[in-house]
Amino acid sequence: MIRSARRAAGPAALALLTALGLTACSPSSSPASGDGGPSGTVTVFAAASLEESFTALGERFEKEHPGTEVTFNFNGSDSLAAGIVGGAPADVFAAASPATMKRVTDEKLTAGDPVTFARNRLAIATAPGNPHGVGSLRDLAAAGLKVVLCDETVPCGAAARKALTAAGVEVTPASYEQDVKSALTKVRLDEADAAVVYRTDVRAAGDKVDGVDFPEAAQAVNDYPIALLEHAPNASAARAFVALVTSPEGQKVLGKAGFLAP
Amino acid sequence: MPKHPAAPPLGLDAHLVVERGSFRLDIALTAAPGDVVALLGPNGAGKTTALRALAGLAPLTGGRLRLDGTDLARTPPESRPVGVVFQDYLLFPHLTALDNVAFGPRCRGAGKSEARARAAAWLERMGLAGYAGAKPRRLSGGQAQRVALARALATEPRLLLLDEPLAALDARTRLEVRARLRRHLADFEAVAILVTHDPLDAMVLADRLVVVEHGRVVQEGAPADIARHPRTEYIAQLVGLNLYRGLADGHTVRLDAGPEVSTTEDLSGPAFVAFPPGAVTLYRDRPTGSSARNLWRCEVAGLESHGDQIRVELTGELPLAADLTAVAVAELGLHPGAPVWAAVKATQTHAYPA
Amino acid sequence: MTTTAPDTPRKARRPRAPGRGVPLALLAPALVGLAFLLVPLLALVVRAPWRDLPEQLTSPAVWDALRLSLVCATTATALSLVVGVPLAWLLARTDFPGRSLVRALVTLPLVLPPVVGGVALLLALGRNGIVGRLLDEWFGVTLPFTTAGVVLAETFVALPFLVISVEGTLRAADPRFEEAAATLGASRFTAFRRVTLPLIAPGVAAGAVLAWARALGEFGATITFAGNFPGRTQTMPLAVYLALQNDPAAAIALSLVLLAVSVAVLAGLRDRWTRAV
Repeated sequence: MIRSARRAAGPAALALLTALGLTACSPSSSPASGDGGPSGTVTVFAAASLEESFTALGERFEKEHPGTEVTFNFNGSDSLAAGIVGGAPADVFAAASPATMKRVTDEKLTAGDPVTFARNRLAIATAPGNPHGVGSLRDLAAAGLKVVLCDETVPCGAAARKALTAAGVEVTPASYEQDVKSALTKVRLDEADAAVVYRTDVRAAGDKVDGVDFPEAAQAVNDYPIALLEHAPNASAARAFVALVTSPEGQKVLGKAGFLAP
Repeated sequence: MPKHPAAPPLGLDAHLVVERGSFRLDIALTAAPGDVVALLGPNGAGKTTALRALAGLAPLTGGRLRLDGTDLARTPPESRPVGVVFQDYLLFPHLTALDNVAFGPRCRGAGKSEARARAAAWLERMGLAGYAGAKPRRLSGGQAQRVALARALATEPRLLLLDEPLAALDARTRLEVRARLRRHLADFEAVAILVTHDPLDAMVLADRLVVVEHGRVVQEGAPADIARHPRTEYIAQLVGLNLYRGLADGHTVRLDAGPEVSTTEDLSGPAFVAFPPGAVTLYRDRPTGSSARNLWRCEVAGLESHGDQIRVELTGELPLAADLTAVAVAELGLHPGAPVWAAVKATQTHAYPA
Repeated sequence: MTTTAPDTPRKARRPRAPGRGVPLALLAPALVGLAFLLVPLLALVVRAPWRDLPEQLTSPAVWDALRLSLVCATTATALSLVVGVPLAWLLARTDFPGRSLVRALVTLPLVLPPVVGGVALLLALGRNGIVGRLLDEWFGVTLPFTTAGVVLAETFVALPFLVISVEGTLRAADPRFEEAAATLGASRFTAFRRVTLPLIAPGVAAGAVLAWARALGEFGATITFAGNFPGRTQTMPLAVYLALQNDPAAAIALSLVLLAVSVAVLAGLRDRWTRAV
């Protein structure tokens, strides 16, 4: 059994560099306790930006409910939605945008309405110490500054476009990266001077990058919806996991990762 | 020895030493301009290695190599005034006959049109003017051989090397090509050395034979002398003789192999005895009234037809070859393993000092 | 695609020597292999949004990406030829200590995940890379996020294909032709240029095709090293990948364009070569 299914499409590069020691070790699952509580394996499809916080929540869930096992599939929300529509056997879907969740609800594949459990806002990532003195979105338009944005086909790119429009700033980036982790990697490798990414990504990168908040980020806040899926193989345990995510305890973990409360 | 000490000695003066693993080639070769020398020897004797050493394709590990007074031992192949005709010609398949021949002059500094003009002249001389534009794969074996010769000669080498020049040809073209090659070699004013394992090619084409076995020269001289007085079994077989070494005492030679042979020559000391296979008579039973004094008990080891004769290989008291007609073989009922008596008249043997 | 059952009458065909048919033990796996390669492509064609295709194809962004793909793949192939053929010659014709190690190193990019290759290129040739830093300092040249960066990323993954292919051809070619050239006065370089190179031309061409195809489909190393900017570094595979995020139909349409163009180019070239050789 794979404990944590980590699938990174583009960000394999990042994985190589950060060598995030994502090893949620726990004793191998034993048969369920007989008190009617959750048991068995819960399969969670979650947006890549949730990797750190959900992994922590998964560990906590397994500790609270002996005999359960949480398996994650972290990937771009769009790929995950496509997988679920295509019939992938998942219990829970946590998306990085309502638009991607809509693709699943449109197919009537969720059990009940999705709930917003977290919000993410954009931030500018720069090299440690912010050597170019980037203080606002407007500074990104400076000549000679190498900026990378996410491609507008992915949520962080769409959000960045919204924020830039709100600020009335025209930025010509060096590249439209295929996902937020790639954008961040470019800053961490010092190939780019700045990237517009999520606050949670800045937080996860620790002291490898500096984060700069900007007011226009409020115009482009991302809601993260979570839903139990219609054909969930393990609905009862899945419901318990969703409850943990939305509980104050879950919010604390998400908050630590940089997410805003819904 | 040169007659005029001031002028450098012309021609080839070589002592080739090439060591490779357990094999050692160690032969001395000298030749004057106009000489055609054949290196003759069995496969693996080192002939081709010698040729490659002369061309600079195999490095000398010792000895010397001087051509027209110039030391070439350390000269790379492309700077040696040496032309090579390779066994399978190695004509460049992507170039026409003309461009193959023009390749050498081009590499040695001639302009494109000049090189082509020279190449055309050489093809003309070889009787191949009509094939200038042909790619090698469209040439017959004999034509390809002539283009290869033209290509080697077009660089005006002071030493021409030919590696088994006729081996790639079938028997019929061989005759014609051999005669042609002989004329071209006769015209060639510098040193020509050819390597062959075919005694006929060697004797027709060369003025002098150098027989190489196991990396060493075992005999050299004019073709006729060598044919008459072979000094090794290999040469004897090549020229079709049974050859033995022994100790002569008057008209008898006690062979190293055991038995004695009566001869007409009167010799003493180490000597060779030779007789042709055709001189051997075979009997099923021991002949009683035979005048032959040389009689050995043998056993048939093998039969092989060549021409209208059958060569019988014999082992026993004396290993030898006998040539019989097919009728005689049938009458004697010869087959491998059959016991026979072999007889040779003293008058048909030939003994000479070793 | 239909397969002919072994006992289908063959009246229309040339009579064959008895017992010289294709053995089933070869035919069956061969057809399975062929089907395995073709069915996914067929699925692309079947599921293509044919109705929307004209609209997709009139978008200038598609043509930009296609043009960039062709230009970069061709330049990468040319670059691979310039350095790859000599490298193959070195591996095939000379003897130096550690040659087998060098050969293994040459093939390394084949096993490296392309994204990792892209990261490696960043670490070597990026603004802060061990070589890139000097390029920046001395010449003011930075390669990431440029079209030149795309070419380099594609060359990095395509070069091993060319080297392996050409080295194999060189090993199969008779080295005695080079010796013959030497006895005619050709230096080693002249012999290589005028004799060896023409002789191995078909193998070099095959290697170049392989390299070109690999370069054309390159995604991971390119997007990691050169990023994604329409008209500058966004090649077709990148455009396809990003379209796949929210418009799979467009992605399929783009893939079909890439497939059609590469098939046309490869078929055209092959004809020309087979005639020339």
